[in-house]
Amino acid sequence: MKAAAFDYIRPKSLGEATHLLAANEDARVIAGGQTLVPMMAMRLARPTLLVDIAHIDGLSGIADCGSFVTFGAMTRQAQAEKSALVRTRLPLLAAALPWVGHTPTRNRGTIGGSVANADPAAEIPLVLVTLEGSICWTSVSGQGEIAAVELFSGPMSTEMPAGAILTEVRFPVWEGPGIGVGFHEASARRSDFAYVATAAQVQLDRMGRCVRCSIGIGGALAFPQRLPRASKALEGTHLTAQDIASALSSEIAALEIMTDGHASAAYRRRVAGALAARALTDARNQAQGAHV
Amino acid sequence: MKIDLIVNGHKRPLDVEPRVTLLDALRDELRLTGAHTGCEHGVCGACTVLIDGEPARSCLIFAVQAEGNAVTTIEAMAAGPGELGVIQDAFCATHGLQCGYCTPGMILTAHALLRDKPSPTREEIVDAISGNICRCTGYGQIVEAIELAAQRLRGANAEAVR
Ligand code: FES
Ligand code: FES
Repeated sequence: MKAAAFDYIRPKSLGEATHLLAANEDARVIAGGQTLVPMMAMRLARPTLLVDIAHIDGLSGIADCGSFVTFGAMTRQAQAEKSALVRTRLPLLAAALPWVGHTPTRNRGTIGGSVANADPAAEIPLVLVTLEGSICWTSVSGQGEIAAVELFSGPMSTEMPAGAILTEVRFPVWEGPGIGVGFHEASARRSDFAYVATAAQVQLDRMGRCVRCSIGIGGALAFPQRLPRASKALEGTHLTAQDIASALSSEIAALEIMTDGHASAAYRRRVAGALAARALTDARNQAQGAHV
Repeated sequence: MKIDLIVNGHKRPLDVEPRVTLLDALRDELRLTGAHTGCEHGVCGACTVLIDGEPARSCLIFAVQAEGNAVTTIEAMAAGPGELGVIQDAFCATHGLQCGYCTPGMILTAHALLRDKPSPTREEIVDAISGNICRCTGYGQIVEAIELAAQRLRGANAEAVR
């Protein structure tokens, strides 16, 4: 399987890159290429021009901005995985990163590319939605920011304006103490595409009462979704098995779950419920440990 | 498109179409056929090479993207023709290969693992090779090979500092 022919340009600046995209309707941005290149090999994508953003200054790096941590779009997933800042400030992302592809693809794959490609099974978009983060984009006509919960619109599609380049991914930071996270996934083999992935982050007070909770589901849906009702319902509880089960059941029952050759919707729904409960339980246990 | 690749320490000028993967450039243009062609879409790991020292799939990178990076292939893993590196020798000793199709990818992956973690646990070894498919061995002997190589490399390093 070989990609169809295309032209290739490696701009040195963001301005040059956005002009290339504006002038070529069938152009696509390539960052790490770990999602796009397989699609091109299978000819599911046939861009006529690839704009390689790997050599643009200032598009890579991780910075702590207080209420959020921002990633330049070209930041490699492996770099985020090794970052002490990510481990201390974004524990949920740190828990999810080992599930993203495998080491060789994380060495090339980028944070921005994973979000911009919006693969329904991708873990980084799931964490971004669960934490209610956002992305920043730039095009010839301006710049903007889009909240993650509004960004994803379907499998492999986002609300980014045509011709825009995703420049930054912003993950909100929860200030401690008492924060815990959980991340679970079901797939055919280690590091394969998730049939279902679940992410949870909670904060407990000294009495073990949940003061903040966020839970999200990916893999099973057209795009990752946060569960706002369950998240809200769990605040104020002690996150007992009973609390978790009753908060999750109706919202998971109402999700529009995908069926494909690998797993039926019924199976995915059942697994989503079980893994969401497990992620919340792990998060609660970790948060309890953080207090002692 | 004219590019300069750096492969196994040597500058290799090439003229390739942008759609040519690094894998095809290595095999067809440079005749370095140690990187194997499997699935060509990132699933099997047969095409694994090191890019700036880290394992990556050469079928998921167009050759033009790799300009400026140091590419290392299995051909650079032995000291000279007819010789075997420590990891390669360990694969022979434990029968860590049968047909050998997955082997270059396994060895380069193991090389990067053992450089970062001289004493990996079994779990860490299994995790490191989880992106490399082997259709022959059942993986048991591959894990053993990497354990043996780790042990020998630790021994050799201890010898060297003494
Ligand atoms: S040939 Fe590259 S991963 Fe299979
Ligand atoms: S030895 Fe044949 S595929 Fe691994």
